Amino acid sequence: MKIKQISIFLENRKGRLYDVCSLLGQKDINIRALNVAETESFGILRIVVNKPDIAAKVLKDAGVVANVTDVIAVEVEDRPGGLADILKALADEDVNIEYMYGFVEKASDKALMVLRFDDADKAVKALQKHKIKIVTEQGVREL
Amino acid sequence: MIWNEEFECMAPAELKRVQSERLKKLAAYVYTNCKVYKDKFDSLGVTPDDIRSIDDIKKLPFTTKIDMRDNYPYGLFSANQKDVKEIHVSSGTTGNPTLVGYTRDDLKLWSEVMARSLACAGAEPGDTIQNAYGYGLFTGGLGVHYGGIEMGLRVIPMSSGQTQRQLKIMQDFKPKILTCTPSYALYMAEEAKELGIDPKKGNWKIGVFGAEPWTEKMRGEIEAAWNMLATDVYGLSEIIGPGVAQECPHKNGLHTYSDVFYPEIINADSGEPVAEGEDGELVITTLTKQAIPLIRYRTRDVVSICYGKCKCGRTSPRISKIKGRTDDMIVVRGINVFPSQIEHVLLGIDGTEPYYQIIVDRQQHQLDEVEVLVEVNSKMFSDEVKKLEELRRKIKKEISAVLSISAKITLVEPKTIERSVGKAKRVIDKRQM
Repeated sequence: MKIKQISIFLENRKGRLYDVCSLLGQKDINIRALNVAETESFGILRIVVNKPDIAAKVLKDAGVVANVTDVIAVEVEDRPGGLADILKALADEDVNIEYMYGFVEKASDKALMVLRFDDADKAVKALQKHKIKIVTEQGVREL
Repeated sequence: MIWNEEFECMAPAELKRVQSERLKKLAAYVYTNCKVYKDKFDSLGVTPDDIRSIDDIKKLPFTTKIDMRDNYPYGLFSANQKDVKEIHVSSGTTGNPTLVGYTRDDLKLWSEVMARSLACAGAEPGDTIQNAYGYGLFTGGLGVHYGGIEMGLRVIPMSSGQTQRQLKIMQDFKPKILTCTPSYALYMAEEAKELGIDPKKGNWKIGVFGAEPWTEKMRGEIEAAWNMLATDVYGLSEIIGPGVAQECPHKNGLHTYSDVFYPEIINADSGEPVAEGEDGELVITTLTKQAIPLIRYRTRDVVSICYGKCKCGRTSPRISKIKGRTDDMIVVRGINVFPSQIEHVLLGIDGTEPYYQIIVDRQQHQLDEVEVLVEVNSKMFSDEVKKLEELRRKIKKEISAVLSISAKITLVEPKTIERSVGKAKRVIDKRQM
């Protein structure tokens, strides 16, 4: 139920984000979801891609510091309060979210969100209990 | 005034006799009381009986900072710890600091050489001195303090920092002498101007500046800003602290006190003496110290020496301003920093690798800033900002603690630190002096 996210260390330097995206583009890797967390001196780029294993290898070979982490992608009703419902369910089950961000594409009429939990297994159980649809690796590939 | 005319103006032949007598005694003293020296002598096949004059000093082994580290804390002491009355520490090359100690007589010696230094700079008994060298484990504050009291000055034990308070005190008590690092003197003058205080207004006569390298350009700026004569003082805690050499108002080299601290200038690679006036590494033997006397201590400071008599009447040899180092030590805000200290910290933190670079910078008339670039690897890296920030703070805390200076830590991508012929360039010094 979990999908792979690739996180990449970026120095706060002109052109670094471009370098990484262009490298992935050359290797025919498509970015499905993207988020940049920034601090005063560095940034962390987090991406969900169609071919995570190849992407991780390409980055490593290029000397980029990149890690693979498990995240969960969920479908969110595209209406006011859609996300709030999911967050309420997680709060009720006492599941803590580290961070979250949205997908570029939508699955039919549903929005897609990536969520990173400190305890992913507990989160999966909580989401299933509340009948929230989790997107699989396969689902991400077919977007 | 000349504080100790007998020794500072002694005829060369007589001085040599004194040095020879003292070296003979010293060789016997360390051989009997310090196992590290006994072993060093034995491995060279030298005994104290081989030392008949100061010229025989060449037969004796060198002492290095590595010896101090390897025998930390008490191995190089020749005196019993119960006779040690004060200890100080300075930077070590790795995790441990360098420890030095003083017997009661060593403290008298320190007062004496520092009194000689202050008098050499131009101080007169009765003058008020604002001592803005740091008090505490650093030898600067207390060394100047002891010397000031010895020569009858009125000492304001200000210590370093608290600039606004420094300025208030100097306006109220009108000291004639200022002692601090040269960069702090410039910084204080700048702060004074910002507060609408004219640093030139006052009773200033002389400044005794040291603990870091400085240039003639800085001297000119300090003299103009404070309307005082700016003199250079040299010292290192291994020898005694401040009071190893001092400029007189002729500013023609720093007078050593070769009756107690015998200087040699050597080629750092061969260990052989270089000619008078040539650059080489300063090596000092403490002829009369008791607690931790050092034989031929390699200061790693590059200077030249002049044996001629000075216009001021002193006969003891003069060394030039420090022209460089024979190791990679840098001085930041008067504190000695060895890149190996940072390496040691990084090796001690889980996941980090010793790929780092130190950038030292100083904006015009501001204090030194240290930034350490640390390369991130996949073991240290996390997708969570808070974990990386936590790591950065931990590195900052440990490096700042070891260096005694707050350092900015910047995480950088691997291989961003330039490697020249496989070896990384550890220090980038951008300071304008």
